[in-house]
Amino acid sequence: MLERRPAASALYQVDAANPLRRERAIADVVMGLRRWRLAFALAWLDIRNRYRGSVLGPFWLTLSTGVMLLGIGITYSTLFRLSLVEYLPHLAVSLVVWNFISQMVTEATTSFVQSEAIIRQMPLPYTIHALRCMLRNALIGAHNLPLILLVFVVCGTFPGIEVLLAIPGLLLIALNGFALALLLGMVCARFRDIGPIVGSVMQLFFFLTPIIWKPQLLGEWAVLLPLNPFYVILETVRGPLIEGGGTLIAWFAALVYTTINVILAAVFLVRFRSRVAFWV
Amino acid sequence: MALIEAVGLGLDFPYYHLGARSLKKRLLGNARLHTDLSNRVVVSALRDLTFTIRDGERVALVGPNGAGKTTLLRMLAGVYEPVRGRLTVAGQVGAMIDVSAGLDAESTGRQNVRLRCLYRGMGEADTEALTAEVEEFADLGEFFDVPIRTYSAGMGVRLAFAMATAMQPEVLLMDEWFLAGDATFLAKAEERLTRLVTGADIMVVATHDIAVVRRWCTRAIWLEGGVITKDGSVDVVLGPAAALTPG
Repeated sequence: MLERRPAASALYQVDAANPLRRERAIADVVMGLRRWRLAFALAWLDIRNRYRGSVLGPFWLTLSTGVMLLGIGITYSTLFRLSLVEYLPHLAVSLVVWNFISQMVTEATTSFVQSEAIIRQMPLPYTIHALRCMLRNALIGAHNLPLILLVFVVCGTFPGIEVLLAIPGLLLIALNGFALALLLGMVCARFRDIGPIVGSVMQLFFFLTPIIWKPQLLGEWAVLLPLNPFYVILETVRGPLIEGGGTLIAWFAALVYTTINVILAAVFLVRFRSRVAFWV
Repeated sequence: MALIEAVGLGLDFPYYHLGARSLKKRLLGNARLHTDLSNRVVVSALRDLTFTIRDGERVALVGPNGAGKTTLLRMLAGVYEPVRGRLTVAGQVGAMIDVSAGLDAESTGRQNVRLRCLYRGMGEADTEALTAEVEEFADLGEFFDVPIRTYSAGMGVRLAFAMATAMQPEVLLMDEWFLAGDATFLAKAEERLTRLVTGADIMVVATHDIAVVRRWCTRAIWLEGGVITKDGSVDVVLGPAAALTPG
């Protein structure tokens, strides 16, 4: 048996009359982020177990996105009377990034319910479960990235140095995914009907967001596009990759939506963190 | 120094996913169930518990099914936060409530030990030491590097036991199966359990098994309907040994 070590800070104190909700929520996030290794290991296991025994594994996703790109690309470039070389890079980037966002949002709804057994067994920071959900989807989403490169090579379009702006764009998506995994994870643990609603909403936004179609097709209505949070977030990655950096208004709106999302998640975490164990 | 101090501890367990009004009405005939401010059905899982457990005490939580024993253990472990009252737990806690939680069936025994170390937030050196420890104690041979999905029930128990008992906590919280016979699958398990229990400054065990209480505990707390009805030495709470269980 391993020898006992003097515990550094082994004092657990809760007082229902003085719940210190904010302090505990902050400690939760700090401890959770500090233990990212656990979240990463769990995310990795999730992926491994999901594709156990499959030859292609997560690359099935790459394959299916590739097939979808080809099908939609040929059909809609004809419908829109655009050449494939013009249309395909837009579609490839949009579809890959959209899949990434959409997966993050849909799986955010089960971030806590999925870890029910562990939540009821050990007092872990809730942040770890949200981080696990975000990292899992980031890892899966990354399998689609080669498609973008492939399309760029085939179509012979290469972005300039502004491509580096896509990195903050991706980080913005990750941050939103993490905040949503906390927020939607809590809400959906409590109200089990929200999950299916989120699924339907994401399907609707797939058509409302310029993924298959180009934003220019909206004509003068395009000014309303920044009202769509998915559009502006998408734009922070798509812009740098194919349009020489997104529009300023898109970046600004994306930052505003992210701030709102993060604040909402923080408020919910402070208020309801101690209830999650009862909800899952 | 280890200490558990509870003052007026209370916990309501809400039944969230129970919609039907008629079902609500039927359930509310029961004394422990009531509706709260937002009209949810809640069960008073624990009511107004006040106790202090000091260094050297080994406490048995006894009482009928549904008395709130495991809920109290989970609360001491920090899983549920109290709705009323104040709880202080000083000392590094080791909770063995459901040791199979957090095991990954597709991973090997070795990978599961690593995973458990991550769950506990241990560093690389400690992880190495613990892995070696568990490998030696569980004695699974080459099966240690095979996915635990393929383990027999006995091998699973051995691994779980070895992992759970490899560390010596100051405050030991356990559910009963650890002490109730199944765990004595090997002669050395017995010895190890004794070391674990006696090495801890405080032990709290939830159990139905009178033999377990008499053998390991110095104090018993009788819970019934979420309330402490008796608290004292084992003989005081359960009656003198001879009267109940000869031997």
